Parts: sequence; structure tokens; C-alpha cells
Amino acid sequence: MKHYEVEILDAKTKDKLCFLDKVEPNATIGEIKSMFHKSHPQWYPARQSIRLDPKGKSLKDEDILQQLPVGTTATFYFRDLGAQISWVTVFLTEYAGPLLIYLMFYFRVPFIYAPKYDFTTSKHWVVHLACMCHSFHYVKRLLETLFVHRFSHGTMPLRNIFKNCTYYWGFAAWMAYYINHPLYTPPIYGEQQVRMALIIFLFCQIGNFSIHIALRNLRPPGSKTRKIPYPTKNPFTWIFLLVSCPNYTYELGSWLGFTVMTQCLPVAFFTIVGFVQMTVWAKGKHRSYLKEFRDYPPLRSPILPFVL
Amino acid sequence: MAAPAMGTSRTAQNDVSQRRKKGPGALATAYLVIYNVVMTAGWLVIAVGLVRAEALKFFQTGALLEILHCAVGIVPSSVVLTGFQVMSRVFLTWAVTHSVREVQNEDSVLLFVIAWTVTEIIRYSFYTFSLLNHLPYLIKWARYTLFIVLYPMGVTGELLTIYAALPYVQKTGLYSVTLPNKYNFSFDYHTFLILTMVSYIPIFPQLYFHMMRQRKKVLGHAEDCSKIE
Repeated sequence: MKHYEVEILDAKTKDKLCFLDKVEPNATIGEIKSMFHKSHPQWYPARQSIRLDPKGKSLKDEDILQQLPVGTTATFYFRDLGAQISWVTVFLTEYAGPLLIYLMFYFRVPFIYAPKYDFTTSKHWVVHLACMCHSFHYVKRLLETLFVHRFSHGTMPLRNIFKNCTYYWGFAAWMAYYINHPLYTPPIYGEQQVRMALIIFLFCQIGNFSIHIALRNLRPPGSKTRKIPYPTKNPFTWIFLLVSCPNYTYELGSWLGFTVMTQCLPVAFFTIVGFVQMTVWAKGKHRSYLKEFRDYPPLRSPILPFVL
Repeated sequence: MAAPAMGTSRTAQNDVSQRRKKGPGALATAYLVIYNVVMTAGWLVIAVGLVRAEALKFFQTGALLEILHCAVGIVPSSVVLTGFQVMSRVFLTWAVTHSVREVQNEDSVLLFVIAWTVTEIIRYSFYTFSLLNHLPYLIKWARYTLFIVLYPMGVTGELLTIYAALPYVQKTGLYSVTLPNKYNFSFDYHTFLILTMVSYIPIFPQLYFHMMRQRKKVLGHAEDCSKIE
């Protein structure tokens, strides 16, 4: 069996960082990363980007050496992706925050509102309902992170956790402050408004969960396969006929429901900002689907049927 | 129909980033020249009648167009950086000086208006000449040197003005919203102004040193060139 030689150069300085000889032809990039890690312990595999071209795309861990367009002496370029943190860790942290922070405001923990209100409860029943909905939402997210989602990437850059937590925790505190405030004004149209909003919220929560399950079932455990999602027997998934990323559509719906339920402007702001971000993600995902699959259904829009 | 010699094509968006190095197309150049000449003239007007409030508001607000220039791609600067700078100027002009009558006669206003005026006359003439590929070294030098004094001068004037406005804002509750209300929202403009002042601490040094680095790049390079010649 002919063995390969692998040299790894720094993508920016072109310095020779590592030379591996007697590499098996069927070695994967992932295995090469492990070997590189041995000679440079500070660069664990998750933070290595290995490419054929200094400015090119990263090779995948599953790529096999002999199937790449390289000679028996393969030259790869390395870029440091920076400190990495696992997706699961980031999700758990960014979702646990809002759950706990909101409850602190709900229970009117000291130093938030005037001392005479410490540990009192709101007299408006919609405030209790809002707390249940908000808490349910984030508990659902935490459980989905642990048991439902199958992540393509193991890690993301470390700085993301600070950025993401600031966003989630900051908005949660801002919303919770007003909803649980002693001077909170309940919805103008009273019980009718809250009931309608609750129905929308619950409908979209179930919808969002259904989509997550459908997406999970597309992918065998431990794999990173990508397939076109289609409607299943669950009516909540029939929206796949019109939309590429219905999980985002339902998420928007949930927060619109919560906005109407609480009639709180900061919640509306949070909904808008989230919608903008999810639209960006949905468009990106939609574009990848179109690029990867020739037979992608043409009727679908990224996030809003026919519109966006 | 379209002259191939123009730097832009019909599918402009994809090409813009590649062609940016060659600058905007002929039409965009003509427009930018007019824009920058008008701006130079405007700021000269302000200089002549130094504290003509209306002129300041008009031409400073007109600078919002610069964000559009970046967004559309006819100017290579970053939208975010430009947006930031223009919005902070517009904020000071409208949300502080215009809104709080009592500070309009403060010396601090004169301080930042002078700083902005001198800076903008130089900056817009710099752009005008650059677009016409006929930039006198003096203008380039002035643009990348006078900021050393003008920037801190302007910042001092701005901060003093905001500080002077604080008591009036607190007393009148200007632009503030209190609870209870049906939107379940509140905003304290007084606190917001204080936070704005605090934000100068991390932001100003970054912008200042960015200009310093630009200076070394632009003027240092020019010195090397003249030595070679």
C-alpha cells in the first residue's frame, strides 16, 4: 500500500507547521487533524480549518485523503479558528439564562422594584400566564437541545457565547421587567385578547416542536446527512409545502402571540429583532437547499409563504 | 448602449466588490463630485456665519446621504462605521442642541461647531479632489493631521453640551416615557444621555487611533514615494 506524505502549512505565513509521513491513503481529514493536534497541542481538532487552498473552503472531517485532488505528497493549509465551544454548551447557557432571569422578575426579587413590592405577586392573571408561557418556551428549548436536535457542527467560536448570552439574557431581563412591574397595564381587549394570543402561542409552540422532530428524523443518529424535508402525517408539518424553514415561521408566530398576550413594546422589539435574524438564517438555508438539490420544490419561500 | 469602458455592469451587485478597487463608475463619480462640492460650499457658508443654526442642521442632516453612498456601494467605506459617525453627529445636532433651547448659547456648542466645520471643509474638499484624481498634498496632509487637535476639541464640545443639557432634560422629562402606559414601556432620556456620555470612553479612543493608523498608512507611504522620486 502506497503511503502518503502530508505537509501542513500556515495559510497566512506559509510556514511549514507539520510534516506527517506514512499516512494511510484512506485516512480522513479528521484523523489528520488528530495527528496535527499531537504536534501542536494548543490547536485541538475543533479549532483547525484545513484547506487545499489558503483562501479556499475548509475540508470536511469525513473527506478521505486519497479522494482529494492531491499527489502522494499532499500540501494542506491551516487556519486557526480560535477558541471553540460546543453548540450544546452555548444553547444550554443562553436558554437557561432567560428562564431564571424572568423568574427573578416574576417573583420580584429585591433590588429590582421598589422595596415595598419585594416578593409580592402581580394581581393580574395574565402576568401569571405570561410567566408560564415564557418558562415553558425555554424549558422546551433546553429539552430540545439535550434530546432532539442533531447538530451539524460540534463547535462554534468562543466569543459567540458572550454575544448570544448578552442578546438572550438582556432581552429577557428587559421584557420581564415590564411584564412583572407593579405598574403593568394588562391588555386593552382583556380576556378576549389574551385567549386569542394564547391559542396562537400554543399552536406555534406545537408547530415548532413538530418541525424539530421532523428534521431530527431526517438524519440518522451521529450522522451529518442533509435531505430535503417534506410534510409528514403530522398536519403541523404540512407548512413544508410553502416554506423552507417553518421552525422559524412558527417561532415568529409564538413571539407574536406572546407580544399580543402581554401588550408590551419591548416584547415587540424582541420579536422584530428575532424575526430579522431568523430571516437571514432562513434565506441562507434556502439558498443552500437550492444549491445542493436540483429537485428542490420551487413553490417554497424561505420563511414566510409567498412573501419572504 | 452601455459603454464597456465604464467600471460597472448591469449585474452591478456582484461586480461592485471586485470593481471597488477601480472606484465608482462615471455617473456615480459625477454625482459624488457634485455632492462633495455642495457639501464643501455648505460648510464654507457655516464657517462664514459661524453659528447659523439652520445651515448646520441642513448640511449635517444631508450627511445622512453618505450612509446611502456606502450602502449602495459607490463609496468603499463601511456602512456601519459611516452610519455610526453620521448618526452621532445628527444626534448631537437634533436630539441635543436643537431640542434643548437652553444650551444653544453655550460656548461648548461653538467649540464643536468650529471643530466640525473645519473638519468637514477639509474632508469634503479632500473627497472632491480625490474623485477628480487631482489631490493637492496639502489637503491630504490637513485631513490626516488636523484631526489630532480637532477630534478632541469636537468631543470636548459635544460632551460639555450634553452635560449642560442634562438638568433641563431632567426637569422637563424631555423625550421620556413613564409607567404606567398601555405599551408597558418606559424610557428615561436623562439616563440615556448619561449613558451616551459614558460610551464616549470606549468609542472615542478606538476612532482616534484608527485615524492615527490611517495617518501612518497614508502620509508615511507618501513620504516613501517622494523619497524614491
